[in-house]
Amino acid sequence: MEALTKRVKPLERKPMNVVEKLYLWNIFKGMLITFKHIFKKKATIKYPEQKRPFSPVFRGLQILNRDEEGRERCTACGLCAVACPAEAITMEAAERKPGEENLYREEKYAARYEINMLRCIFCGLCEEACPKDAIYLSETFAPANFGRQGFIYGKEDLLIPDPVKEPEAYAKAKGNRAKTSLN
Amino acid sequence: MISVLLAIETALLIEKLVLIVVIISASLLIAMYSTYAERKVAAVIQDRIGPNRAGPFGILQPLADGLKLFMKEEIIPNTSNKFLFVLGPCLAMLTAMMTSAVIPWGSQVNLFGRTITLQIADINIGILYIFGVVSMGVYGIMIGGWASNNKFSLLAAIRGASQIISYELAMGLSLIALLMLTGSLSLNTIVQQQLDHTWNFFYQPLGFLIFLVCAFAECNRTPFDLPEAENELNFGYHQEYSSMKLGFYLFAEYINMFISSAIMATLFFGGYDIPFVNDTALGGNIGLNWLALLQVLALFVKVVFFIFLFMWVRWTIPRFRYDQLMNLGWKGMIPLALINMLITGFLVLLKQNNWHF
Repeated sequence: MEALTKRVKPLERKPMNVVEKLYLWNIFKGMLITFKHIFKKKATIKYPEQKRPFSPVFRGLQILNRDEEGRERCTACGLCAVACPAEAITMEAAERKPGEENLYREEKYAARYEINMLRCIFCGLCEEACPKDAIYLSETFAPANFGRQGFIYGKEDLLIPDPVKEPEAYAKAKGNRAKTSLN
Repeated sequence: MISVLLAIETALLIEKLVLIVVIISASLLIAMYSTYAERKVAAVIQDRIGPNRAGPFGILQPLADGLKLFMKEEIIPNTSNKFLFVLGPCLAMLTAMMTSAVIPWGSQVNLFGRTITLQIADINIGILYIFGVVSMGVYGIMIGGWASNNKFSLLAAIRGASQIISYELAMGLSLIALLMLTGSLSLNTIVQQQLDHTWNFFYQPLGFLIFLVCAFAECNRTPFDLPEAENELNFGYHQEYSSMKLGFYLFAEYINMFISSAIMATLFFGGYDIPFVNDTALGGNIGLNWLALLQVLALFVKVVFFIFLFMWVRWTIPRFRYDQLMNLGWKGMIPLALINMLITGFLVLLKQNNWHF
């Protein structure tokens, strides 16, 4: 058969010589290689105790952001849901009542905001689509769960802790890398 | 008179029983920890860490594995032959254990005013006995494979049987050359001859090599683990087995490995001989009991090395194809063993004739 490209290299298929037929020498060479590997550095990371550092652009679980006064930034515009290629985001909008100004930043807010983590592909398009800096991808990933229902994250799972009431938890959730991107 | 005889017999009986219990439990323990060692060796060769969660360094891992096997559901397939299905693993286990009877584990100890030989039975056909029992070992595989009533299992059983028959021939031939030198089939005599003298390995390097390769084949270890080739036969002869019956098969493999390591050490590497030390002189210095202990340790060091070799080879090279296996057995090993036998016979005769033709 004629070769389709010029890069084809003909494979040499010589019959084995005496040393190769005995297998022993080649087996011995292989055993030397594996013996060397006994002393090599182990690639294993002992997971629960040791964790691998994530890349600075790691895209993990989504987080719903608050402003400096602890008000939710999300206005339920639905742009993230439109941008989401996996259609993982659903939300219901509601109007802010008088007296709720300390809870929600704008007149409209998301009464229900759900992300199905089984659908989510962690592409980060919701983060890019958001005009209000309300959704970010964090440094953690979804923990294991026994039921599918457990992977549908509601607002209580997604919202970042209040920076006014719980500053420590907020700083922890914010992580180290968020300084430049937030505000 | 009769009562005196009877008294001696009872003492002997108790002595042998204790010896049997000790040796069987020791080989079980070693087989148990061989599974752990196998996983560790596999891990370090592949740049991993291996089991390290159960106990310090994972040393309780074999117990956890055993517990898991015990807790599993016991399944006997509907269409299987129930009696043979249960008999298979029992036979595999039994034959694996029986071989340990003729291996001398050390010289002698003096306990309670009795001289106890550290060997269950010093029979004068020791090697023949081992051959007999080892070739019975394939019945475990064959019966298990047949009784499962499963095509893959049956194929694996046939493979196992033909493989063991092929390699047993070369094994026997390689040992004939050794027997020409020793002139005895008793394992104890063979060890005594090597004690404080040159080990048989230096007289029979080729014979040892053939024996080693055949031992790999007999134990169904990689590169000859065709009866349990996962990628062709799913799981081979123990595919239908579950729970402790599967455990017995896996366990029997490790006991076989331990026993064949012990046999290799005994036949070719001086058995319980302590290398570079004059055993008799040492025995005079520190007492026979301590000497026996050291000798058992020396044997175990050799055995551990061979077990490591088994694992090292397993995690280095891939499995042979079936035609390669048969080619190697019939066209490689048997002619080599025959040549080795002829040369040895020639040299032995020449030596008897004081090196004159």
